[in-house]
Amino acid sequence: MSRNFSAIRYIDKWSVLLYFMLVLFGWLNIYGASVGENQTSIFDISYRSGMQFLWICVSLAVALVIVLSDGKYYSIFAYQLYWLAILALIVTVFVAPDIKGSRSWLPLGPFSVQPAEFAKFITALGLAKLMSQPHFRLQGWRSYFQAAGMVLLPLLIIILQKETGSALVYLSFVIMFYREGMPGIVPAVGVCAVVLFVTVIRLGGIDMFGIGDASLGLFLGLALTFVLFLIFTAHYTRDRRCVLYMLAGAALVAAVTALLRLFFVKVNPVYVAVGVVAVSSLYMAVLAVMRWRRSYLLALCFLVGFSAYCFSAGYIFDRVLQPHQQMRIMVLLGMADDPTGISYNTNQARIAIGSGGLLGKGFMQGTQTKLKYVPEQDTDFIFCTVGEEWGFVGSAGVLIVYLIFLNRLISLAERQQDRFVRVYGYCVVGIFAFHLMINVGMVLGLAPVIGIPLPFFSYGGSSLLSFTILLFIFLRLDTTRIERTR
Amino acid sequence: MLRDQYKNRSLSVRLVLFFIVLVFIVRLLVMQLSGEYKDIAEGNAFYRKTLYAPRGLIYDRNGKLLVYNQPTYDLMVTVKEMRDAARDGNPIDTAELCSLLGMTVEQFEERMADIRNVKKNPGYSQLTPQRFMTQLSPIEYAVLQEKLRKFPGFSVQSRTLRNYNYPYAAHVLGSIGEVSQSMIDRDPYYRLGDYAGVSGLERSYEKELRGENGVEILLRDARGRIKGRYKDGAEDRMPVAGKNLVSTIDIDLQILAEDLLQGKTGSIVAIEPATGEILAMASSPAWNPSNMVGRLRSKYYPILLNDGTKPLLNRATQGTYSPGSTFKTLQALVCLQEGAITPDTEYPCSGPASTPIRCTHHHGSPVSLGNAIEQSCNPYFWLAYRDLLEMNGYGEDNANFKKQYEVWRSHILSFGLGPKFADTDIAEQVDGGVPTIKTYNKWYGERGWRALTIRSNAIGQGEVMVTPLQLANAAAAIANCGYYITPHLNRADSMKTHRHETTVAAEHFAPVREGMWRVCEYGTGRFYKVPDVEMCGKTGTTDNSHGKPHSIFFGFAPKENPQIAIAVVIENAGFGATWASPIASLCIEQYLKGSVERKALEERMKTSVINPDVKKF
Repeated sequence: MSRNFSAIRYIDKWSVLLYFMLVLFGWLNIYGASVGENQTSIFDISYRSGMQFLWICVSLAVALVIVLSDGKYYSIFAYQLYWLAILALIVTVFVAPDIKGSRSWLPLGPFSVQPAEFAKFITALGLAKLMSQPHFRLQGWRSYFQAAGMVLLPLLIIILQKETGSALVYLSFVIMFYREGMPGIVPAVGVCAVVLFVTVIRLGGIDMFGIGDASLGLFLGLALTFVLFLIFTAHYTRDRRCVLYMLAGAALVAAVTALLRLFFVKVNPVYVAVGVVAVSSLYMAVLAVMRWRRSYLLALCFLVGFSAYCFSAGYIFDRVLQPHQQMRIMVLLGMADDPTGISYNTNQARIAIGSGGLLGKGFMQGTQTKLKYVPEQDTDFIFCTVGEEWGFVGSAGVLIVYLIFLNRLISLAERQQDRFVRVYGYCVVGIFAFHLMINVGMVLGLAPVIGIPLPFFSYGGSSLLSFTILLFIFLRLDTTRIERTR
Repeated sequence: MLRDQYKNRSLSVRLVLFFIVLVFIVRLLVMQLSGEYKDIAEGNAFYRKTLYAPRGLIYDRNGKLLVYNQPTYDLMVTVKEMRDAARDGNPIDTAELCSLLGMTVEQFEERMADIRNVKKNPGYSQLTPQRFMTQLSPIEYAVLQEKLRKFPGFSVQSRTLRNYNYPYAAHVLGSIGEVSQSMIDRDPYYRLGDYAGVSGLERSYEKELRGENGVEILLRDARGRIKGRYKDGAEDRMPVAGKNLVSTIDIDLQILAEDLLQGKTGSIVAIEPATGEILAMASSPAWNPSNMVGRLRSKYYPILLNDGTKPLLNRATQGTYSPGSTFKTLQALVCLQEGAITPDTEYPCSGPASTPIRCTHHHGSPVSLGNAIEQSCNPYFWLAYRDLLEMNGYGEDNANFKKQYEVWRSHILSFGLGPKFADTDIAEQVDGGVPTIKTYNKWYGERGWRALTIRSNAIGQGEVMVTPLQLANAAAAIANCGYYITPHLNRADSMKTHRHETTVAAEHFAPVREGMWRVCEYGTGRFYKVPDVEMCGKTGTTDNSHGKPHSIFFGFAPKENPQIAIAVVIENAGFGATWASPIASLCIEQYLKGSVERKALEERMKTSVINPDVKKF
């Protein structure tokens, strides 16, 4: 018993305080956004704010149970929990009814739960256990395969449930992997992929010089690829001379092309770029064989891979993505307008936030949200309510509180001696950060519309409960640090 | 434990998170402090419902209510609500609605298409109620209201329409109509579909009568449904009722005047000399003002516009006529003032044999002023006019003569003739005309005209043109012995500052008034004297190019302390003594005695038809 009390005593007060701030402010905003005409009390459980109050109570009870529980069981049963969650996810695919095209809600009596929400912290526990094994290092194919497999398995099953948003959350574990030693090139490649994709898709339709097939997007994509390749090569091979050669060669080709253009000889710049890439690839291949160093081979792979990616970006966009996803991306990039569909949501969200001004319209005075111009105003678009009713001060305040919260969690993770706890902690940071980034980014029109909740704010029992569990397991594990030193 | 070689990576994670939140905050800053979204949000959510201010009432000078408001109802349609209902499997029964409204399904579809046509209906929004049908009567509304909930999207907005206690005074009161685009551009107060005074008093006192519309800010949700009032009505504005107007019109006199004009084209204007208040202003043909209201207006307006008798023309202020012999009184006053004649000056008259202007009456010779007015002697006034103009000879290049002409002209203008009254509240007026030297120079050349050339002016048959209003005003000026107050229609405005002195001194009026009295006692007006009332007047019979001469009378009564000045013009009726004189006499009797005792005369005048095309609309 004395140990359990110590857990409460030593639990990180800052995190708990920030958690309460976010949950309570979120609850107020759910009330503001969804208050009904006849609703007299925030506790009225026939309305959403009342239901959210119930869920807050449930979450606090669960949090208390977690704090009082024995910290070591999380590590011990991590794998068993993981496989149980996978099983639940698979069962859900077959059992769950179709709700707005999604098959992720498992009916349990009067409630329905979303196993995908709970699979997040369980996967995090599983990963923590895997990576805290003695001698486990993020090196070699085997360890990567294990770790990546652990993430990708639930991710794929959730995609089968048509919950792409929740599935993408699993990508947030990259933050943890990065912290645990994954080479920085991996997230860098990811960022490059996104940048190239946007470049090729956004500018793909613009024809250069009026020559057929001379897509500006493709040309810029290839040019960007080439520049990134040069940086990559310089960094990994440390062969400055070969980089200079290639740079000079490319500059020469560009100059000649420009000169020809002056004399009205129209050369398709895409072909020129392809030529430069091809010659450089050949050069890299020759160097790789002659000097027999893996770095040259990697540089070659980088160049060829990304060049091919540039050419196939359009194909991926057209064939792999579903029409509604294509539309969301096109709307985000300003390539399409869909005033009654997805643009409606984002436009109204923007109007709601924008009309808030510096100090907002006041609690429950938001017209955009209260009058249901913003769809999903109390779930995925709850941040609109914050922006409209509390203005810049309120919404920027919320973001700053989140930033402090995330920083606090990073500090907690960093002070761990136990790798299990640290890995788990970074998973928590990643999940919260990803939700914040995508959700707020979507509302502000900076990210595509992906339906994932804003932690502690969005209405919904499953998400609040799962975020609470996610957080409090970490806070509980954090106290074991003190138990051990005593 | 191994040294943690990746510990510094936590810093990169923190920096990335910080950078992302920074981008978000900058984005928020740009969006929330630009201010451009606030209006869009209000446009989304606010439905500004106009609360129409009741228009001011109009009374006659004795407090009798002339114009008031009656409730009417506009049927509105909100297209989106109608569509949503249809989509939810609850489409409206168009056929039933049409039968209630008395229209065909084709008309219904056509109206809906017009509403949705942004060219025809620039303010169209599928979220706001659009006018589907205007001015349902209370009975139509009662029938419709019971079944209104069966027609989702349709709603009723109440407004007020003008209603009239008397089917008279249409020209004076004027009417209201939908505002035009140019009116909206001039005055941002108006919205498309608003009503405003377009003629008469309604137009002159539009700003006072209209009051100020209020606004109720309602909250509208994303589906266009009203969800309540914004801030519980804290920013609503209640309508301010229009101010009531007491007009100078005596409605009983007005009624008589209009009735006397039945079957005739012409006009009667009566003024209270001491105040310039217009007691009656009738123009025939006229219409029942109730017919120019609401949906009837669109039926009657084109009829009035296209009728050959031009009923829309307010002949009292927009008809110009030669003053004929009535003008001789002003001639006499000017000549007396300038010393061209004295009350005792006599001129010979050879009757119909006179030259250059023959006399139409038989009387002794020579004649003095009083006699000349009584007998309307043309030669007398020609000779007096000539003497006036030639008083200083013609001089070099006729300069002296022209100077004298200008003297005469400015005297005439001082009686309110010539340009229309600038300082009055009468909405429709045209200029009369007293030719300038320039005009004659243009017609006849610099030296091509002499007194003889313009001799017709002497007897009011020349280029001098007056409106009946100007004629009545001249009578008022004579009644006042030398001044007039601009005729006007608003009794609340004393118009004290609008007193205009004539340039003829007061002492010259007595002989002319004496002459006018003799007209009514012994002369052309003697048959229609109001019993026990000393009347002063002058008849006129003016030749014109449209057929028989116009019959004209102007005068005032009683002779001492005059209460009413009047001008009557009956177009193409013949002698002034036969028509205009009795009609004026009846009006004077009505005003001074409160009723007409000469019923036979009244009946004869009312039922005589001079222009068979004239009818009351």
